[in-house]
Amino acid sequence: MSFIKNSQNIYKSRYFFKRRLTILSGLVSIAFFVLIGRFFYLQIFKYDFYKNLSENNRIAVIPNVPNRGLIFDRNGIILADNYFVYTLEVTPSKVTNLYNTIDNLKPIIELSTSDLKQFRKILKESSSLDSIPIKTHLSEIEAARFAANKFRFEGIEIKSRLFRRYPKGTFASHLIGHINRINIEDKEAIKKLGLERNYKGTDFIGKLGIEKYYEARLHGKTGFQKVEIDANGHSVRILNNIPSIEGDALTLSIDANLQEIAENAFNKYRGALVAINPKNGEVLAFVSRPNFDPNHFIGAIDHDEWKLLNDSLDKPMLNRAINGLYPPGSTIKPFVALAALESDIRKPPFNIKDPGFFKLPNSKHIYRDWKPFGHGMVDIVMAITISCDTFFYGLGIELGIHKLSEFLSQFGFGKVTLIDMFGENAGLLPSPEWKQKRFKKPWYLGETVITSIGQGYTLVTPMQLGQAVATLANGGITVQPRLIQSIQNSQTGKIEIFKNKTVQELHLKPEHLELVKEAMINVTQPGGTAPSVGAGAPYKIAAKTGTAQVVGMKANQKYNPDRINERHHDHALFIAYAPAEDPTIAIALVVENGGHGGSTAGPIARKLMDYYLLKKVSSNKEVNKLSTLESEYHD
Amino acid sequence: MLKHLTSRLQKNIDSTLMTLISSALVVGLFTLYSASGQNIILVLNQLLYIVLGLILLLITASTHPKYYEKFALPIYISGLLLLSAVMFAGQFSHGAKRWLNLGIFKIQPSEIMRIAVPIAMAWYLSKRANKRHAIDYLIASLFFILPVMLIINQPDLGTGLIITASGFYILFLAGLNLKFIIGGAIGLFSLAPIIWTYLHDYQKNRLIILLDPSQDPLGSGYHTIQSSIAIGSGGLIGKGWLNGSQSQLDFLPERTTDFIFAVFSEEFGLLGNLLLLGLFALIIGRSLIITSPAKNIFTRLLAANIVLTFFTYIFVNIAMVIGIMPVVGVPLPLISFGGTSMTIILVSFGILMSIHSHKELVGSS
Repeated sequence: MSFIKNSQNIYKSRYFFKRRLTILSGLVSIAFFVLIGRFFYLQIFKYDFYKNLSENNRIAVIPNVPNRGLIFDRNGIILADNYFVYTLEVTPSKVTNLYNTIDNLKPIIELSTSDLKQFRKILKESSSLDSIPIKTHLSEIEAARFAANKFRFEGIEIKSRLFRRYPKGTFASHLIGHINRINIEDKEAIKKLGLERNYKGTDFIGKLGIEKYYEARLHGKTGFQKVEIDANGHSVRILNNIPSIEGDALTLSIDANLQEIAENAFNKYRGALVAINPKNGEVLAFVSRPNFDPNHFIGAIDHDEWKLLNDSLDKPMLNRAINGLYPPGSTIKPFVALAALESDIRKPPFNIKDPGFFKLPNSKHIYRDWKPFGHGMVDIVMAITISCDTFFYGLGIELGIHKLSEFLSQFGFGKVTLIDMFGENAGLLPSPEWKQKRFKKPWYLGETVITSIGQGYTLVTPMQLGQAVATLANGGITVQPRLIQSIQNSQTGKIEIFKNKTVQELHLKPEHLELVKEAMINVTQPGGTAPSVGAGAPYKIAAKTGTAQVVGMKANQKYNPDRINERHHDHALFIAYAPAEDPTIAIALVVENGGHGGSTAGPIARKLMDYYLLKKVSSNKEVNKLSTLESEYHD
Repeated sequence: MLKHLTSRLQKNIDSTLMTLISSALVVGLFTLYSASGQNIILVLNQLLYIVLGLILLLITASTHPKYYEKFALPIYISGLLLLSAVMFAGQFSHGAKRWLNLGIFKIQPSEIMRIAVPIAMAWYLSKRANKRHAIDYLIASLFFILPVMLIINQPDLGTGLIITASGFYILFLAGLNLKFIIGGAIGLFSLAPIIWTYLHDYQKNRLIILLDPSQDPLGSGYHTIQSSIAIGSGGLIGKGWLNGSQSQLDFLPERTTDFIFAVFSEEFGLLGNLLLLGLFALIIGRSLIITSPAKNIFTRLLAANIVLTFFTYIFVNIAMVIGIMPVVGVPLPLISFGGTSMTIILVSFGILMSIHSHKELVGSS
């Protein structure tokens, strides 16, 4: 009985299945006939129409290249804009003998060897269907002269193109960056992002700095023009036009005036500076010296100039603010002191009697203080104020490298700051694990000694140091540093304001922060290592000087700046924030081969703070005069 | 040894179907040679995948269907795991994350799901054949909804669509009540606005552009305009092999993969189209004939699904190329360039032949 029922069930479901499959097979047949119907429509009824289109290729699609977005500083000063230029361009596929044609052009338009060199370079990287510039920035007279002779030059045209301009020249070059012609790697990258369509007709792309980081926002959206063309490729009429959408306008957090003061203050020195508002992470100044002129990259930087920029001993193309690696020197001391306080060691009234050197137990090696016979009785506040090395040597040993390294990493040492710029260097915060991996050697106690005064393996970028100071100034709260303030949508006019992003809160004890702050204020007071920086200031400045050795010195050798090559002079470092009670600006800077931090780097920071807090521009002379006070100090 | 092999081949391989498939593969290679601008390296690359696919076809054809049923769930779960791996470790290309790099080669797990989903659904529905409730259809639906969501997220609208269709075929064939089908269709329509927000911008664009390709002649609309010109100008007999001006002069985008049919159509005309479509129809017909005696529910659901999915690929691809469906990015089976896709198609025919050659041995469930 059950067998019959079961087989009936199967029979039924088989029958059922067949019925449904028949329905679907019917649909398949219908679908095939739909396709066949469309084939007939396209290939029989519309055959003539499409044959014409295909033979004459009558419809051309011409991209409308969007204007690149503008870049402003926080006060609306233009840092990058666009202007129209006449360019002479050739489409190689339309020319029978390219080099003959170019030779024939020479009497009409002056072509320099560098124009031709550049032309050949672009030619190599382009397809023969592209329109390639022979010469840019044609004068009105040249344009007119060519127009009169145009009939002789099939395939060559004058085009009016928008060019990028950096009106302030070398100003903030590493920050703004520059655009340059799209090369093969850029093409690959565009392809990978699926943006080929939006880059049709675009020749330039952001290569560095803000121009690169915000490329997607600055570029805009490419429009198009569908035109009917005759057999000679001339457009007869426009069938459809969709305009391009201009790129968005960026407002940076940079204060151009402050930036200018900082750049000028560096004078001939190489180095870098970062000024941050610790409360919101906005970068107010971003300096890397020496600068370069980004305008030279657009269109035609010739090979020789590029070589000069790249091979120069001064390395102008190096973005020192995020790629320059420097030993932090004594600027690390406030952070090391905090590490000690937070670990409940070295709290006042703890003090030592500094004999001017430090020795590890069972070792003969002497670690010298910068002051030959020592500082006498020193507590932790004093140790920062006068930058006592001996105090920190012992402290580092008691804290141990693990604790020290772990604490410093909280301030962002050894990590990228994630500022909105590509290619940032992470610096180096050493640990025994790192050393084992890197050199396959164990960590020595002596390395802990020098790590605690910022020498040895530790390397920081000015950006990192700036973020660390900002965190310190902000009571242990790190706000993500950024160069962007807002972006205005070119279409809707809507302004997107970037919000502050708190990265972390360190929960440091207020009394510990207070002790470090007190010490850092004392640095800029008589008796500190940089009294000139604080002299006459109507607000309180918390600061720390630092010196980083460029060349290693033997234990008993004395550093004498007058006797060695200028490039072997020590790097001067300086960190500061002000007003000390409620900081709105935090600064970190490095003056390469600048000697002592207080005397060359300190005055630069003071100028910035004066301008930022008082809107006062102090002259070079004024501050330099004060700095002579400090020649005796040398931490 | 050789004798053993030939007898095995005779037993497991349906020579008629194999001849039809091979003809399509040959047509595909010739078209690819033309479409690639006579790039022999690309053709050899494709040939390599065909050889690999054919080896896998032999293996799958000689595997008893009961093993597919037995391992349905493990196959499905490992496919799903690979698919989730794409989300985390996948490789970006053309703005989508679809590939998984396995060192020596790259695979597209979404293609594997194309076969894993019907196996799992057929397994589940046949297991519940005697006491099936409405809820079983819902559970069976989850077998395809889950991977489809992951696939659309990659984003790969085309494959997501095909797997959805394939899921519906099984539900329909397994006997889902017409009430539910109509209800489901209404539900899907009312969900459309929500799905719309879930789609990527470029996918939305493509749907808009389907309605009016002239909206965007630079982008997706450009594909459709150029392929229409290619097909239309092919006329009755075509421009001849290697002579398609649209294809050879770089006007036609994606011409070795999704738009390869336009190349074929331009060069071989309406007659070529009819012959190719006829060849596809023969493959579909032969497949249905040889698998219809399958007695067991699992095998007949799976077999019918493989055939219908094969058809769906053909239809969606050609419809897209001739401009009656959005450009969703689906390859033309057996013709388009693409390793994983080619391999999976051949594997699915292997399974089909296995169902055919083992039909007498498969008892009723």
